This record gives sequence, C-alpha cells and structure tokens, in this order.
Amino acid sequence: MSALVIDALTVAFGRFRALDALSLAVDPGEVRAVIGPNGAGKTTLLDVISGITKPVSGRVMLGDRLDLTRCSEAQIARAGVRRKFQKPSVFPVLTVRENLAIGCGPDMAPGAREARIAAVLGEVGLAVRAAVPAGALSHGEKQWLEIGMVLAAEPGLLLLDEPVAGLSDAETARTAELIGRLRRPDRAILVIEHDMGFVEAVADKVTVLHEGRTLYEGGMQGARRDARVIEVFLGR
Amino acid sequence: MSGAVHTGLAAPAHERRALRDPLVAVLVGLCLAAALGLVLGRPAPYLVNAVGQLAAFAILAVSLDLVWGYLGILSLGHGLFFAIGGYVCAMHLLAHGTVMTGTLPDFVQFMGWKGLPAYWAGLEHAPYALLLALGLAGLVAFLFGLVAFRSRVNGVYFSIISQALVYVAMLLMYRNDTGLGGNNGMTGFPLLFGWPMGAPAVVTGLAVAALLTLAAVLAGARRLVGSAVGRRMLACRDDETRLRTLGYSTTRLKLRVWCLSAMIAALAGILYVPQVGIINPRVLAPDLSIEIAVWVAIGGLGRLGGAVIGAVLVNALKFWLSAAMPEAWPFILSGLVLLVVLALPNGLLDLAGLRIRPSWASGAR
Ligand SMILES: Nc1ncnc2c1ncn2[C@@H]1O[C@H](COP(=O)(O)OP(=O)(O)OP(=O)(O)O)[C@@H](O)[C@H]1O
Ligand SMILES: [Mg+2]
Repeated sequence: MSALVIDALTVAFGRFRALDALSLAVDPGEVRAVIGPNGAGKTTLLDVISGITKPVSGRVMLGDRLDLTRCSEAQIARAGVRRKFQKPSVFPVLTVRENLAIGCGPDMAPGAREARIAAVLGEVGLAVRAAVPAGALSHGEKQWLEIGMVLAAEPGLLLLDEPVAGLSDAETARTAELIGRLRRPDRAILVIEHDMGFVEAVADKVTVLHEGRTLYEGGMQGARRDARVIEVFLGR
Repeated sequence: MSGAVHTGLAAPAHERRALRDPLVAVLVGLCLAAALGLVLGRPAPYLVNAVGQLAAFAILAVSLDLVWGYLGILSLGHGLFFAIGGYVCAMHLLAHGTVMTGTLPDFVQFMGWKGLPAYWAGLEHAPYALLLALGLAGLVAFLFGLVAFRSRVNGVYFSIISQALVYVAMLLMYRNDTGLGGNNGMTGFPLLFGWPMGAPAVVTGLAVAALLTLAAVLAGARRLVGSAVGRRMLACRDDETRLRTLGYSTTRLKLRVWCLSAMIAALAGILYVPQVGIINPRVLAPDLSIEIAVWVAIGGLGRLGGAVIGAVLVNALKFWLSAAMPEAWPFILSGLVLLVVLALPNGLLDLAGLRIRPSWASGAR
C-alpha cells in the first residue's frame, strides 16, 4: 500500500497545463523530494494535494481509500495531511505559542495540546520565543514556526514547499536533521526544494518535474547523471 | 482558558495581553457609572435620551467591529440587522399600545385596514418580540452568510453584496402594503410596558437599559476575542487558507460570529427605536450602513474600545453639529475620515497610545 498515489493528474489554468497527466506514488515512511525548474508545477502539485486547487482530471488517493480531489481543505487536513507553504505562512498577530496551538488542529484535547506545544517548541528551537508575536520573528524563525505548526498535529503526510529557502547553511543543516527525526514508518514526507545538497541529505528518492510532467524518478545520484535532467535543470 | 496548565513561562501571552487591555474594563465601568449617574443625578431628559442613543450606536459599532476588525469581514449592510431589531421593536410597541388603548396605529388606519396585519399576532408580548427580533436577524444573517461564505465570497465582493442586501430591504420597506408603515415608517408609540412613553422614568429606564446592554455586550465580546475562538478569528482574518489547511472549517467559524454580530446589531436596534420614537426605511439607507464602518474605523478597527469611542464621538458630534449646521455635517464627517485615514491609520486610539495589538486588518484580502 502506498501512502499517496497521484494518478494522471491534470491541472489547467486557462489553456496552460500546469500539471499534465502526472502520476506519482509515495510509500509510507518515505521521504520524497520533488525538484524541477521554476514554474515546473511543484507548488501546483501541493495545492492539489491540499485541496486548494481542483484538477481538471485525475485522482489523488491518500492511503488507497480517500480521493483528496473530492475533499475540502479542512477535510484533507483532518485526514492527516499538513502542508508548509512556499511563502512562510504564520499568523502574524498571534504569538508563537498561539500559532502552535492552532497548528494542533481543532480536535486535540486541551491537556494533550499543552504537552504537544511544549514538545514542538523544543523540536523547532523556539521555546524562548514562545510569547513573541509571529510577525516579529526573523525569516528563518518563521520558516521553523510554520514547520512546527504543521508538525503539531502529527501528520501522516507532510508536504513541505521549500522549507530551507532563505535559511543560512547552519539553519539548513538543522532543518535537514529535523526532517531526519520526523521520519516514521507511518509517515510520508513530500519535500520541494531547490537546494540540491539538502535534497541529497533528506530524500530517499527524487522526482524531477518539468512542465507538469515527470522527467525522472529515482535516486539523487541517478538524477545527477540523467542527460535530460542535466539539460533542463541541473546543468544550467 | 487553560492558564493553570502552564508552568515556567507563566501565563500564556493572550492572558497577559488581556491584563494589558484595560480599555474595555474602563468602558464597562464607565457604562455602569453612567447608568448609576442617570438614575441618581436625574439630568435633563434630552441629555438622558442622548446618552441612551449613543449607547445603542456603540453596541452597533461593537457588533461590526467583531466581524470586521477581528474576522476581516467588512459588512456594509449592518443597518439591515439594526433595522430588523428596530422594526420588530416598533411592531411590539404598536401592538402593545393597540391592546392597551384600543386604538389602531395611524398607518393602519391610513391604509383603511380593520386591524393589525395577521402576522403581527402575539407581538404585544415583549419576550416573543425579543425572540422574534433576534431570531429573525440571526436567520437572515445565517442564510446570507451560508451562501456567501460557502461560495467563498470575500473582501470587497462581500461588502458590495451586503450593501446590495440592505438596499433591497430598503426598497421593500418603502412599499406601503407590507404592513410595516411604508415610507412613513412607524411612530406614535404610546406605551412601554404600560408606561407612557415620554415619562422621565421611561426615558431614564431606556437609557439605563442601553448602557447596561452595552456593558454586557462589551464584556462578552472581550471574552470572545480573548478566547481560543478569538485567536482563530484573527487567524482567519489574516490567512484563511492557512487556517483551513490546518483542519478548521472557516465557513462555520465565520457563520457563527457573523450571526452573533447580526443579533447584537438587532439588539442595538431594539434599544434605539423606543428612544427616538420612530423607525422608517431611512435606517436601511446604504449610507447609514457605511457610517457604522466609519465609526469603527475612526475609533480604531479591531479594538472593541475603539468601536465604542468612535461611535460615541462621531454621533455626539453629529447630535451637536447637525442641530447647529445641518448642511455641513457630511463634509465634517468626510473630513474626519480623511484625517483618520491619513494621520491615524489605526484610529483615534493611536492618539492615546492605546494600541493594544497590531491591526493589519482589512476587509479586502
Ligand atoms: N493560479 C494560477 N493561475 C495561472 N497560472 C498559474 C497559477 N498558479 C500557478 N500558475 C502557473 O503554473 C506554473 C507552475 O507554477 P508552480 O507555482 O506550481 O511552479 P513551481 O514549480 O512551484 O515553481 P517555483 O520553483 O518557482 O516555486 C507556472 O507557470 C505558474 O505561472
Ligand atoms: Mg513553487
């Protein structure tokens, strides 16, 4: 059984096809990286999985039973899918702690929530900043807070859109470590990144997307040697 | 609140912030003190009446601030809910008067009808009238909100549609055959709970009721915005998609607060009409609904105290100036708006340095 199966997914904006009959399967416990040039359709893919964009055709099956293309964003989230946005999306007037409390989701019991918030604060290294409004955080701290928010509800499928964009090398290394710790047999992680060193460090497999289609799927080493991947993406 | 669970970092931030937000507590205290002052000091009835009307407007402003300032939904049709409260209250007063005095209201006689319209049945009973006013406002808000929020009508579009709604209601109310007084509206309320309407005790009673209601609404609204639901409201205002993708049904959240706001606005209308002694379709004029937003913006959007201060200052100025120089009022109001927008983007509370929390609210996101 796969954690996530994407089957012949097509997304169109007017006559332009951002995703073109894309298929992809991610196993439970797997960390999959999706890479590709700007405009390849990576963010659009996450938009469909998280219910923000509805496809023209195709299916997105979560754990072989739930077709996410028929669900609302909130239903998808309650099914255990969490998504970090490319542009850090935290609630600026709420404190770090309040952001994480909301990240725990609507269903968590208050006692469990307090414990979970404390754990996540430690995990993302923001314990000392707990009472600071999120709007006052640095860019890196916002990235980490949003990662904390999507972690808080213990998702079964985690979607990370460029989690290390704008981070320093040290912060990037710490994020890679964090993702390593998040690996679990019952959790699949889909991460989009442009930082190839980071991808190599965290991902089991990579999918190279180009113009809405899969160009390559396999190990990072293979991707580096693949002629088409080099031509459209890595070689430039 | 789960404050007791916290250790180490002391109380959670929102509770500390609540302690630092003395304005609402001060205003609640002022309302209670003013109520006491009206009862003990017995000022001139016109003054008592003015205070009571201001309190009703302040309640209306708080109802709009809840959805606009805290949820990012700018309603330009809140006059509708105010009018629902006002019209049902007027119906009650006339029905009550008819039962007690045996004479039909003027507009009913004018239409040549033999009695009150059938659907007025039971309205002479105040509790039923109150329930009807709140229920009707809630129901209209629910239906409108359900359609709008489900189809994800947001920002300016929502504002325009809400304005259209109040306009349509106004056109409806201008018709003479609705049984609600047509373009002359309803007036000549003889009695309130059996007491003659103009009696000083009644005037005072109404003003005190408005002040106490304002205090209760303020305290309740403060509780709401300080709660977990209040934090979700701010989250929804600032990034609705983010909130949805964390598992929250923002439609339900918005619908609840929207209906609550409509019912508070209706409450304001209920308290307003007996104090002015008349209601007509003018309360449904689009510009009145816009004015409510102006009060909130002038006082300080997204701060409950700001809404109250804005409503009281603008309307006190209006009472004074529209008597002294009526033609100048629209220009003065526009000037005030410009001044606030240009110099004090967060409203008059900026002047006092009472900015409690950053307010990056806007209706058009
Ligand atoms: N709402 C939209 N309307 C029209 N076109 C869109 C929309 N969203 C995305 N696109 C287009 O779809 C294509 C894919 O966009 P997407 O954001 O998925 O790219 P990406 O792979 O995430 O790129 P990047 O690496 O720059 O983030 C782009 O050409 C983009 O302009
Ligand atoms: Mg992208």
